Amino acid sequence: MTASSFSILTTLVIIIVLTTETIRFFRTDEVSFGAFITGLEWNPLLGAEKHFGIWPLVCGTLMVTVVAMLLAIPLGLITAIYLSEYAPRTLRMILKPVLEVLAGVPTVVYGFFALTVITPFLRELYGGFEIYNVFSAGLAVGIMCLPIVCSISEDALQAVPLSLREGAYGLGATKFDVSVKVVTPAALSGIIAAALLAIARAVGETMIVALAAGNLARMIWKPTEQAQTMTAYMVQIFLGDASNFGAEYYSAYAVAATLFVMTFLLTILGHHIRIKFREEYE
Amino acid sequence: MTIPAGSAPRGKLQRALKNHAFRWFCTLCAAVSVVVLAILLGSLLLQGWRHLDLEFIRNAPSRKPEKAGLGPAMWGSIWICAACALTALPIGAATAIFLEEYKPASPFIRKLHGFLQLNISNLAGVPSIVYGIIGLTAFVQMFGLVGNLNEPGFTVGTPDDWYYLQLPFGRGVLAGGLTLMLVILPIVIVSSQEALRAVPNSLREGALACGATKWQMVWRMTLPAAVPGIMTGAILAMSRAIGEAAPILVIAGIVFIRFTPQHLMDEFTAMPLQIYDWAGRPQDEFHRVAATGILVLLAVLLTFNASAVLIRQRFQKPLQ
Repeated sequence: MTASSFSILTTLVIIIVLTTETIRFFRTDEVSFGAFITGLEWNPLLGAEKHFGIWPLVCGTLMVTVVAMLLAIPLGLITAIYLSEYAPRTLRMILKPVLEVLAGVPTVVYGFFALTVITPFLRELYGGFEIYNVFSAGLAVGIMCLPIVCSISEDALQAVPLSLREGAYGLGATKFDVSVKVVTPAALSGIIAAALLAIARAVGETMIVALAAGNLARMIWKPTEQAQTMTAYMVQIFLGDASNFGAEYYSAYAVAATLFVMTFLLTILGHHIRIKFREEYE
Repeated sequence: MTIPAGSAPRGKLQRALKNHAFRWFCTLCAAVSVVVLAILLGSLLLQGWRHLDLEFIRNAPSRKPEKAGLGPAMWGSIWICAACALTALPIGAATAIFLEEYKPASPFIRKLHGFLQLNISNLAGVPSIVYGIIGLTAFVQMFGLVGNLNEPGFTVGTPDDWYYLQLPFGRGVLAGGLTLMLVILPIVIVSSQEALRAVPNSLREGALACGATKWQMVWRMTLPAAVPGIMTGAILAMSRAIGEAAPILVIAGIVFIRFTPQHLMDEFTAMPLQIYDWAGRPQDEFHRVAATGILVLLAVLLTFNASAVLIRQRFQKPLQ
């Protein structure tokens, strides 16, 4: 009982710390809540006039997440379909451990991989890529999220009862029809939950973007350029670019609070989708 | 769906073709992950094999890439992971026991259980860098309630003793370990719950029928039966903790440390942190050192996972 209250305590501490320090951030003269929420400029460390508008950081985060999800969701889902419906036993025995290893690789390793392998390769293909760019970081985050999407979707696909598949085969469906038109829709709630979980992971991913995505916070639309994500900004602050306890130091707490709210909403949404839209068959 | 009578055979052929095409497409997509892993490991080996020797594991980090080593970082990792394991395991297992064994009787407690479960899955989704910030505020600075980092409010011993203790903890081993504990606690809880759930009910009923109290049943029957499962989950959680860089980065910062930590409040660096430091430098030579560091880290992780598999196979007796 006492031990289990620890997890509730943790949540409380997270919320309290983030709110009080964020309030302290908004108390300083340089910022207002409105400017933080709507501002399109973020330069707390350089320049004569400091601007604290969260959108450039959110923009960088979303760019990385979109690139990552464009890789991870289709690839993860199709790999899951293959594992659940097609793969012979021997191939399963190879694929499952491979995915487990990919899931266990520390993120700093993926960051290193993005920086020293993916980026040079991309620059070889197309010269317009900067040394730090969103696309390469996004690809690495996508590889990191692939096992999450795959394993949760596979669980969902396997939970679809056999009778559904047999019914479809009985009507003359091919394997393609069965897996794409019957099993996948039936498992959709689990697949969406997997995607949301992966998005939450991608949004909160730190080391990959800190190494490979760059440190320039601005509104950009081209994934070939560098951008700063929310997590990368926090790394920059806590690595000592701002050790005086000024507004820029507390801005990291405000960014953390934004991040926490985003991932919290994603988790809750995923939970609800899984509960609400679960199709019961038996 | 209406199919004109004449076109039926062609439709069948098309469907068969589509079926085949999709099968190959699936196989290709599944192969991508294998290829990615191969490229990842291959590139690491290619870049890192040159520095890989005993000197690398023993040496301290250095300005010269050929002399740089992972020694203090390895010891730092061992210290924080020990602190993390010693705290996360009891708390996690106790929470799991509460959730699984003490099933709710009253509606209030049932609500509490549901809330706890949701709360744990939420905690698992919190980005690790947020935990780092929480650790910085709660452990390193202790909310600024007891003194500050330069003048600790409360000390035991002097910085030369091995048992030296201060409040607030400062950027030391203990703060790092406790922060990692926050990160892996949800994982430990969930895996322990699964281990407890796998214990057949007949064991519990048997114990209760022999007149055991609930506590005796949990302590002498369920827990021993679930220990292999709990240990496997804990080891896997620890391998997550070893590789975790973001929260440690916030707690410890990038510092140049040549010695292993001497007490729980000592400054430290950890393996993923050292790798991040090397990887972030512009020189190619340091990138190769980073690759070597990654190889060592992956070897440690592999050992962990292998021992988890071993425990699972060795001690998991069929209970039915």
